[in-house]
Amino acid sequence: MGEHILLRHRDIPDIDKLDVYIQHGGYEAFKKVVTTMTPGQVIDEVKASGLRGRGGAGFPTGVKWSFLTKDSFPRYVTVNSDESEPGTFKDRELMEKNPHQFLEGVMITAYAARANVAYNYMRGEFWDIAVKILGPILADLRQRGILGKNLFGTDYSLDIFNHLGAGAYICGEETALLESIEGKLGQPRLRPPFPADKGLYNKPTVVNNTETLSNVTYIMQHSAAKFRENGTEKSPGTKVFCLSGHVNKPGNYELPLGVTLRTLIYEHGGGLPGDKKPKAVMLAGASSTVLATTDDILDMALDYESVAAKGAMLGSASVIVMDETVDAAWLTLKTTRFFKHESCGKCTPCREGTYWMLNVLERVNKNEAMKADVDLLNTVANQIQNKCLCPLGEFAIAPVLSSIKTFRADFDAHTKDGAKKPAPAAKPSAAKPPPKKDPASVGD
Amino acid sequence: MTDLITLKIDDVEVQVPKGTLVVDAAKRINNDIPVFCYHPKLDPVGMCRMCLVEVGRPQRDRATGQLLTDEQGNPKIAYGAKLDTACTLPVEPGMHIRTSTADVTAARKDVVEFILTSHPLDCPICDKGGECPLQNLTMRHGPGTSRFIFGEKIHLDKRVPLGTPDNALIYLDRERCIQCARCTRFSDEIAGDHVIGFYERGRKLEIVTFSEPGFDSKFSGNTTDICPVGALTTADFRFQARPWELRNSASICTHCPVGCNLHLNTRRSGLSGKFEIKRVMPRQNEQVNEIWICDKGRFGHHYISSPDRLLSPMIRKNGQLQDATWDEVLDQVAAKLKNAGGSVLGLAGGRLSNEDLFSLNKLIIGFGGHTALASRLGGGDLIQKVGLGVGSNFGTMGKGTTIVVIASDLEEEAPVWWLRVKQAAERGATLIAANGRPTKLDRYAKQKVRYAYGDEVNALDGLASAVEKADNLVIMYGGEGLDLAGSTALAQACANLLISTKHVGKPNNGLVAVWERANDQGAWDMGLRPMSEAMSKPAVMIVAAADPAGDAVSMPKADFTVVTELFLTATAKEADVVLPAQTFAERDGTLTSGERRVQRYYPSVLPLGQCRADWQIFQQIGERAGQGKAKAGAALVFADIARTVPQYAGLSYQSLAKVEKQLPDVGGLDLYYGGTAFENTAGLGVQYATSADRGEAVSTATPTVPAKPEGMVAVPTTLLYDRGTTFYRSYVMHPRIPMPFVEINSADAAKLNIIDGETIMLSVNGTEVKAAARVDGRAPEGAVLVPQSLGMTMLEKASAASVRKA
Repeated sequence: MGEHILLRHRDIPDIDKLDVYIQHGGYEAFKKVVTTMTPGQVIDEVKASGLRGRGGAGFPTGVKWSFLTKDSFPRYVTVNSDESEPGTFKDRELMEKNPHQFLEGVMITAYAARANVAYNYMRGEFWDIAVKILGPILADLRQRGILGKNLFGTDYSLDIFNHLGAGAYICGEETALLESIEGKLGQPRLRPPFPADKGLYNKPTVVNNTETLSNVTYIMQHSAAKFRENGTEKSPGTKVFCLSGHVNKPGNYELPLGVTLRTLIYEHGGGLPGDKKPKAVMLAGASSTVLATTDDILDMALDYESVAAKGAMLGSASVIVMDETVDAAWLTLKTTRFFKHESCGKCTPCREGTYWMLNVLERVNKNEAMKADVDLLNTVANQIQNKCLCPLGEFAIAPVLSSIKTFRADFDAHTKDGAKKPAPAAKPSAAKPPPKKDPASVGD
Repeated sequence: MTDLITLKIDDVEVQVPKGTLVVDAAKRINNDIPVFCYHPKLDPVGMCRMCLVEVGRPQRDRATGQLLTDEQGNPKIAYGAKLDTACTLPVEPGMHIRTSTADVTAARKDVVEFILTSHPLDCPICDKGGECPLQNLTMRHGPGTSRFIFGEKIHLDKRVPLGTPDNALIYLDRERCIQCARCTRFSDEIAGDHVIGFYERGRKLEIVTFSEPGFDSKFSGNTTDICPVGALTTADFRFQARPWELRNSASICTHCPVGCNLHLNTRRSGLSGKFEIKRVMPRQNEQVNEIWICDKGRFGHHYISSPDRLLSPMIRKNGQLQDATWDEVLDQVAAKLKNAGGSVLGLAGGRLSNEDLFSLNKLIIGFGGHTALASRLGGGDLIQKVGLGVGSNFGTMGKGTTIVVIASDLEEEAPVWWLRVKQAAERGATLIAANGRPTKLDRYAKQKVRYAYGDEVNALDGLASAVEKADNLVIMYGGEGLDLAGSTALAQACANLLISTKHVGKPNNGLVAVWERANDQGAWDMGLRPMSEAMSKPAVMIVAAADPAGDAVSMPKADFTVVTELFLTATAKEADVVLPAQTFAERDGTLTSGERRVQRYYPSVLPLGQCRADWQIFQQIGERAGQGKAKAGAALVFADIARTVPQYAGLSYQSLAKVEKQLPDVGGLDLYYGGTAFENTAGLGVQYATSADRGEAVSTATPTVPAKPEGMVAVPTTLLYDRGTTFYRSYVMHPRIPMPFVEINSADAAKLNIIDGETIMLSVNGTEVKAAARVDGRAPEGAVLVPQSLGMTMLEKASAASVRKA
């Protein structure tokens, strides 16, 4: 793919400047939508495009918009720019380098949702984007009459506000995000009711990812059909893949959905350093099922259905590549420590379970555990499954369960009764003999 | 009333109103789905995950929408892939719930095990031990052993005052907290005090308070009842007793006219061998206090065991009060009464029971004398005619009901009424708050009415159009700034409005007086009236449970004064005979609440010293004075009341003790479900019928409105936490009782060059008061608010005053 869509700034210098953006047809889609289309027509066009949510769940965007409770106003649009998943760094580039395309997408979405206010919720670490980039741009847009009251002579009014979070992974969950905007503790709400019915301030609300809304601009600039020229039937469009880990050229790559993992790693990422063999890959950042990089997986098409068929999730397409030197026990310690730290504490299984898993994993990694502890870890992870209030708990166990399943030997190697020790010394130690293990209680 | 929905829970069919949650539906058929975070009085949050159940729904044909059936013709049920929380799930027709399958049993065990991984094993020293939902549910559902390594347990602070160590009423044990958010939700949803909340996240999540003083809520103690573990304890009760050592006695709160149902928990002291009250707990009465009580009721019991209590009768000899025998004093009082020639006055306070007041009235009237109630609020006779209709319940008021509250700061005067009025407003009732100044009730009011003190009747008349469209109308009036004449006029105006709009004699309609004392209504019913014109100089005066000298209100001087009291009050110090009375906790009796609910309380501790019940004292004096044999028990006095007082006809101690099943099901063995509020097994009381309820004609009358004070006025206001004779003995509450202060408007303060906190001199009726001034925006311009019973002079009513900088 020669030309970028979402990462258009790589082809057109200074597209982050309003005048340059306008020279390239900027905000015409928004004007066209506001002056010539009904909100329903916009929703229909986005539905026709088959655009799916880029934040992780892959839910059809147009369909989501059509769920807004009828005749209930005011409505809100909130953009999920929390980008808190480890290994994800696409939204930052989109907002930093191609901000107008993103904001135009937000505006079109707001019009489609018949909302007059939109909030862009960013993680606290994005303060520089809010203060140095988006803030001044929004001020500019208001001055130019692209935001404000009675836009383009119609009775439609819109304003957009940036909102900074305070550094919590959970605020990337849509209802926790809404709580956070409302000034409350970032904890997820019960669903149902869904935001489309009772969202921000209990009003119908659209919550979409930054990248999703950047796509909306392209769809409305051109057409749903044009958008569908990339990607697959069920996963149309391009996707920004965040490639990181053991690759020679980590970074964001905008590729059509359906590209194979092998192409991504070797053709675009330049392969692994030192020509090492890949061992495993995580496709959705820290909250991924860890997949062993068999040929089957390397040749897997990266779209929502193909990945799901392998028992994993494409998620935000944050591809972390690990070479053969990576220890799965160490990897799960890292992810579990993260999720334990980020568990909001609202529901019991996640709050207590991540804490428990971390304790066991620390023992394993300190070589102080037995094989039975690895079994216990597996049990605790299973015990969390399907009991949590929000997906965070499920995210936390995905790398643990899949690593134990696929790379059990990595864990056992840390255990006292599973490590391949050098041949015992000729003379037994004078200390206490090791306790005799009941074979029935030992896992494996 | 609403649509019923039929569903099956473990194959048992149950019918419940639409909107019922599965957990509550199961409760109806005694299927106890375990919960920690869920509470039937709070909105569900689904946090603890203890109530997971299997949920099946009838399958439908996708094309036709028809229900699918199996070979037997039963509907096909599709069960979800995951378990669902029964506490967040409203019932649906045809739903099938499974609560005892292997998956559900395993899920319960799993969740308990998770909770216990970071819960300390300090049950042997935990106040909740023995009545702890977590303990009970662990026994029933938990794993026998833990797979969590003890050394990996998290350790957190165990003694965190919610406030400062000096003023905290509630202590938090962070380790024990299972983050169920019942306390924070109670404060937010029920009490409306947004003063505690969660801080941090994950296992570090902790309850913090962000008010000054800490946990600044009049209902804070309730959080310790609904806390499902020992994380929240009261400063008063922590480490005082184990729950299984406590005996329960049903009682009624005597601090205000709401009449909250209580349980007094007593324990025999190892040192004295006597029973002592260890704590006061709410007793469920959905029509009165539901399962809540205020902190005054909860912590204000220490006077009962105060070392300052009067223990022996005393008689004045050689100018000194000296201990005497009952025979001696009773004979002397009887003799004085006989020789008084009808110049006898009985003055009583509304703290006393119906039996006390009836006996006093009978005694005094028997000698041709007069009785009076120590109160400046009028209108008790109107309440008997057009009071809140029988069957009224603040808990059922909502859309269509208009509630007018006038001349009362309800939160300070009757906190649980405030709570229930607030909730009615949140359910959609139209609340109109009328006062001379802002009160906390304004937050929930659809309409706020401000008037100049003295203009209450005009303000009320101005509401006629606002209440026109109400289906139901309740008017609650207080006596803020009013004396007897003013409050009587206001009561009449309220009654007129109710009568003219035909809002009398029906449930959820009628008049409520926010009385100063718990049994003021009972006193009216027993025939006592507030003193309108003082008897010039009675020969004999009996003062019971009133302290006019201490309150510095005008009191007739008698030749011979008898005082029955708990403490040596200022009035008692001047008396010729002082008789030691029992508190309500030492005897039985009845009180009539502001809603005219006659309720029984029962003895819980043995009487101190030689104390006798007031009714007993009056009956015995009567016997010695030749009025007939003294009644031997309160029940017999009540039988006399039922014979004599028309409204009480047909009532008996038996009828007052009747109970029926109350929803939600809390208390008793279900403590894990609703917390440690107590099941009511001792009586719900009976609301007596008003004249309007009985279908008698009621008519309006023109109120006689006294003249309005001119210029700057000093207005007496009520504070819940004051220096009242009984309440002040609860030292735990002292940090919450303010130093004497007055409130002044910022404009007035600016004119006088006074800033917040400065001392001012206030002169009213020729007396000068020195107090710190608060310039906090509550006092209207031209008025100085003077909280009563803080140690400053008492004011009868809003009076002309002058203020200067001290």
